[in-house]
Formats: sequence, structure tokens, C-alpha cells
Amino acid sequence: MLGIIRQKMTAGLSPAMRIRPVASALRSYSSAAKEINVREALNSALDEEMSADPKVFLMGEEVGEYQGAYKISKGLLDKYGPERVLDTPITEAGFTGIGVGAAYYGLKPVVEFMTFNFAMQAIDHIINSAAKSNYMSAGQINVPIVFRGPNGAAAGVGAQHSHCYAAWYASCPGLKVLSPYSSEDARGLLKAAIRDPDPVVFLENELLYGESFPVSAEVLDSSFCLPIGKAKIEREGKDVTITAFSKMVGFSLKAAEILAKEGISAEVINLRSIRPLDRATINASVRKTNRLVTVEEGFPQHGVGAEICASVVEESFGYLDAAVERIAGADVPMPYAANLERMAVPQVEDIVRAAKRACYRSVPMAAVA
Amino acid sequence: MATAYSPTNFVNPLSINTRSHDKPLFDPLKTTTSFLGSTHKLRPTSLQFNQPDTHRRSAVVAVSDVVKEKKVKSSSNLLITKEEGLEIYEDMILGRAFEDMCAQMYYRGKMFGFVHLYNGQEAVSTGFIRLLKKEDSVVSTYRDHVHALSKGVPAREVMSELFGRTTGCCRGQGGSMHMFSKEHNLLGGFAFIGEGIPVATGAAFSSKYRREVLKEADCDHVTLAFFGDGTCNNGQFFECLNMAALWKLPIVFVVENNLWAIGMSHLRATSDPQIYKKGPAFGMPGVHVEGMDVLKVREVAQEAIGRARRGEGPTLVECETYRFRGHSLADPDELRDPDEKARYAARDPITALKKHLIESKLANEAELKAIEKKIEEVVEDAVEFADASPHPARSQLLENVFADPKGFGIGPDGRYRCEDPKFTEGTAHV
Repeated sequence: MLGIIRQKMTAGLSPAMRIRPVASALRSYSSAAKEINVREALNSALDEEMSADPKVFLMGEEVGEYQGAYKISKGLLDKYGPERVLDTPITEAGFTGIGVGAAYYGLKPVVEFMTFNFAMQAIDHIINSAAKSNYMSAGQINVPIVFRGPNGAAAGVGAQHSHCYAAWYASCPGLKVLSPYSSEDARGLLKAAIRDPDPVVFLENELLYGESFPVSAEVLDSSFCLPIGKAKIEREGKDVTITAFSKMVGFSLKAAEILAKEGISAEVINLRSIRPLDRATINASVRKTNRLVTVEEGFPQHGVGAEICASVVEESFGYLDAAVERIAGADVPMPYAANLERMAVPQVEDIVRAAKRACYRSVPMAAVA
Repeated sequence: MATAYSPTNFVNPLSINTRSHDKPLFDPLKTTTSFLGSTHKLRPTSLQFNQPDTHRRSAVVAVSDVVKEKKVKSSSNLLITKEEGLEIYEDMILGRAFEDMCAQMYYRGKMFGFVHLYNGQEAVSTGFIRLLKKEDSVVSTYRDHVHALSKGVPAREVMSELFGRTTGCCRGQGGSMHMFSKEHNLLGGFAFIGEGIPVATGAAFSSKYRREVLKEADCDHVTLAFFGDGTCNNGQFFECLNMAALWKLPIVFVVENNLWAIGMSHLRATSDPQIYKKGPAFGMPGVHVEGMDVLKVREVAQEAIGRARRGEGPTLVECETYRFRGHSLADPDELRDPDEKARYAARDPITALKKHLIESKLANEAELKAIEKKIEEVVEDAVEFADASPHPARSQLLENVFADPKGFGIGPDGRYRCEDPKFTEGTAHV
């Protein structure tokens, strides 16, 4: 853990939990009045949606009296009572199914998984009884449910707690899969997810919970909502397109800074929505820059980057001036040792190297695990 | 060789009523030993559970300390009026005739895939579901045709669904194993065993939530979850027993114990085969009832559903029943002992009810024959209707994936794909 912080600080950047960014040059937001962290953003979104609609309720392990395993649901039990903020026993399959059954009848559950790794015990309900029900019942029964929780690697938590499930859920029709990066994303997308009449898988990131981002007054308004299915261009550029989601957006922005100093203008796209993927934005960007680097934290095979690459090859093949570069986590279960873990997750240098390769292919490929 | 079913385990439970003194409804054509099914090797030699007075028991109840109520029953619950008698007779005949017609249609190629028939278990479906209101919900497994019919889904719609036509209850998109009807509150139709139980618990949860949080004061909807003996070894079953009892949800867990999970005998799969005993472990009453006798099932159902409606919490009801056909139409059904099948065939719930109705002068032969004829016509009409119905149009492929079809994302032209009027007529590549 210490190794990671040290490494990141020497890079002149400070993404670790409670260290505020030194310069706001990384941020491409316009003048922001206030900064909130992702945890506050999620908490306020939940709070506002629960007060707006009495059918919304939260269930999960430790969401009530413990104030949330990661304190996302802090204060909600006191405000809404135990009937709307339910502490469940440790029974993912059971309580996820209960959430689905309640959603069949028009209630709007928000099911929190302590991490999405534990959701594997409930994945039968997410896929078979939530995602497929609207189709199997020919539109009679829709399932307005949200499954949320931290996804992907944290710090030093080992193989069973670090798996990224974006590609798993994004391959299933009937689901919508969202992954926010900043506080603005977190607020807007969670509100959109709760209001959405279909099952939404909301993939957060534990390491981003403590990060602060500037937000405008519009974002703080209780009716703020982001559209599902639209990506955001975090930084405009003209030489290479970098797509990323969740934590990797931050890394990509830092990589873009470094590349800018070397004369490469990178366009960073924050996917926000993994399913449906905003292929239009991605393809338009590739047609502009002619080069693509996809970045994700999860395993490479059949990952999100593979899908983006296929989409670009199908739709914009003639525009590509270089092969698509795919940056993903190492193809191994996440190791525990801090130095190995650092090697198993993409770092800023990897993104920079890939972008350079896409631009002039002068830097040889690093060894693939 | 597992002799898990040792005689000493068979605790003589609290009998809720002393049926032995009442005129039994059905002659015991066999002793309780048949409960063990055809497991010659496993049958313990000293197997005499003929508690002399109670082998015609109507219901065996194991009640936990948590639930202290004693059910006081009068035998009048079992007697039914003529209308009720004819109604349940008609429902059971419909279930049987429909399933027989399904078998015929399957072998003629009109129906395909996995089809699981309910012959022999009609007493459970009729006994429970006919007591429900329209707003109450039913959650079932893949063996759901008769649950759908009992709940009120028209035979035409069920048959069309099985034929895969667009006039089916799910427009042909669900099929045999996924019957859904919002109007009749039939929540499926789940292929994975145990999957329906948490969903049913959630439906019961929503009923309680509506009453307490949304303040819909008269919301007392009850949910029934039907599942089999094999499911009772599944983790989700226990998780839901726990949560339903913990939160006192208005649900009845109905186990259709037909002793066989495809080819796996219940006794070979379960450490303690008496499923009803698992209820008190979680703080709810567990009831065993003879599932081949529709009136006994109805009596127990009335009590269990009443309990749930009054807010007293869940009940686990184990119905000892039998399926006359194989697990599905693709199952050659070789493992079951023909003697066992013959024994249960002799306890056919429909013949038994017919005999009862005639003997107690509630109906005569002619009336019952008229019902049978009527149902025959209903089923034939359903087949004709289904046959004449159109197959789903190509444009139906992409419909109903999302309630909000913006979930299909944004097309290359920058607009949402679903806004394009020709969207669902396109290729499957989205």
C-alpha cells in the first residue's frame, strides 16, 4: 500500500485517498464552486432519490446500523428507518432474489453488494430473474432494480476481492451497466439508475470513494441526472483516442498530461456506460484521431477493450492508422504482494507507452503476462 | 448405503386433529410405507410407521416454540359445498386434460424444447391456488402449466405460448418454463430450481412494504411459492426460510414432494427426508399433508394462507404427491419402480374426488361427465386457437428487452437506436 502511494507521489500526482490534488490542471471542468468526494456524491444521490420516491429502498449487508461497509449509506437509516434501509443477513442469493421479487411489483430496490465479488453468489438472480424477465414475460413485468457496489481492484485485498466484472455483466442483454468516475458521474448516473425502469448494474470503485472532484451547482441540484448510454469526452485531443472507465479515467487523464508535454494530444473518453456502449462517440473520436488505446482494469480476454476494438474495426476500419492498443490488467488472479499488485494493474506509464506505440510504434511492447 | 431414513427419526408429531375418529375421506389404499417410494434397498426392514390411528393422518404438524398457536380445526373445513366441489373438480380435470394434450402435441412436433408435465399433482395446485384472490401471487418452477391454469390464465393463452405463437401469454418469448402473467399475478415460471423462492419472498416483501411504508392499508396479498423436493436441499431455500420468518412475510412455501428429482430419489439426496421439519428450525410451522387428496390440501392451505393474510408470518407445507409421467417429455422414466407408480396411480386425486363427490351426494355422474366434456372442448379449442395463431414477426425479436429501450444505446448517427422506427426490423446485430 505504501509502495503505491510513494510511487504515485513521485509521479507528481496524488490520487491516493485523502491527498488533495496539487494542481487542478488535470481537471478540465470549468470553474467549480464546490468539491465533493464520490462517497458524498453517492450518499446524496441515494438520499435524494429515497426522499423523492417512497418506493425506493436500500438493502444489503451493513447498510443500516454500520452506516454502510464503505459509509456510502451513512445517515440513511436514521432518516428513513429500518423499513427502507434494510440490514440483511449474509445471503446474497436470497436477498438479491427478494429484491428482484419486490421489483416485479413496482418497488425500486437498491441492492448493495459489499463488493461485486460477492455478487457472484447472486449472479443467477441478476442475470436470470432480473435481466431476462422483461423479455420472458413479453414486457408485462419490468424490473426497476439497481445493483451497486465496489468493483475491481482495491489495494492489497487479494485475488478474490479484486475481480472486475464490467465485461461479465456488459455481455448480458437486458442489463444496463454503468461505471462512474467522478463525483458528477456518481451522482448523475446513480440517479439515472434508480429512476430507470430496467435492471442496472452500477459498478463503483473503492479507491475512488475518497477522491474529491469539483462539481457545479447544476450537479448538486436534486433533479440532476445523466443519460444512460452516453460517454463523456473528458479531454479533447487530436492525435490518439484513449477510452477508459472508472479509476482508469483518472490514470488516462494523467497520461494525457504527460503525453501533451511530448507533443501528443490525447483525447480521453470516459465511457460512463459500459452497456450500452456509446459506440457513436468512440467511433467519431477514432475517425478524428485515427488511433485508439483502450484502458481497463479487468482481465484482457473478452474484456471491455476487446468489444471496443471490435466495434471500431467493424465501423471505422478505414480510419485506423495503427493497430488498436489494449491496456488491461494482467492475465493472472490478483496477487497480494504490493509490488506484484502494482504490476498486475495498469499504471500511468503503461498508458503512456501504449499511446506512443499507437502514434509511432517506436517503443517495444512490454512483456505480456 | 445410506439409511438416513431410520425409523427412530420419525418423531410422532403433534397431530392437529384426530382424524382417526372422523370418517376418513379416502380409504387408505396403502399404508404410509409407500411414502418412501421405490427404494428397495433403502427401505429399512423394521419399517412400520403405521401409527395405527394416524396412518390416515390428514396433516402432520411440527410446530416450533416460536409459534405457539394451536390450530383448532373442526371437520367442517373439509366439507365443501356443491359449487366448490364442482369448481375444484373442473380445475383438476382442466389440468389433467391440458397436460395430456400437451403430450400429444409434443409428440406431433407442435411443441418443442423442455416440457414438464404435472399429471398426478393436480390436487396441490387446485387445493392451494383456488383459494387465492386475483391479487395474490404465485411463483412456480418449470412445471408451471397447471399453476398458470389454476391461477386463471386462459387455456388458449397457455397453449399458444407452448406453441410459440404471438398470442401466448408471453407472446411466445417465454415458453413452457417461463409463464408470466401480470394480470393474474403469476410471476413465473423459473427454470433454475430454487430461483423462484427468493423472488416469491420478494413479492411477499413488497406486499408488506406496501402496507407498512406506502400505507396501502388493505394490502394483504399473499404469495405462494411452489417448488419440489430437490429444491429443498438448495441454499436459497434456507436463506428464504430464514428471511421470511425473520421479517414475518406473508408467504406460504409449498413443497410438492413427488419423491423424485429427475432420476434422483429424494431419499438418496437428502440427509433428513422429512422436509416439513425444516420449518420449525427457522421459526415457522411445518406441515405435512397428503398431496393426493385435494380436500386435505385445501384444508391446510386455508389455514396457511389465512395465517399469512393475518400477518402471522410464513408457513412451510410439504405435500406428499407423485407425478405420473416422467420428469419431462424427454425423460424415459426408467428408474422408478412400476409398483410404486401403480400404487400412486390408484390414488389418483381426480378419481378420488369424483368418488367423494358421488358418495356424499354432492354431484351425480351426469354433472361430472358434463364437466369433463366441457373441458375437453376447452382444451381442443385451445389447440385450434394456438394452431391458427401467427408465429411472432421478425420485428418482435428485439422487443421487450428493456422497459426503456434506450438501453440499446446510441446508433452511429448519434440518435438513440430505439428512436429509429425501423429498429426492431433490423438484423440481430445491435
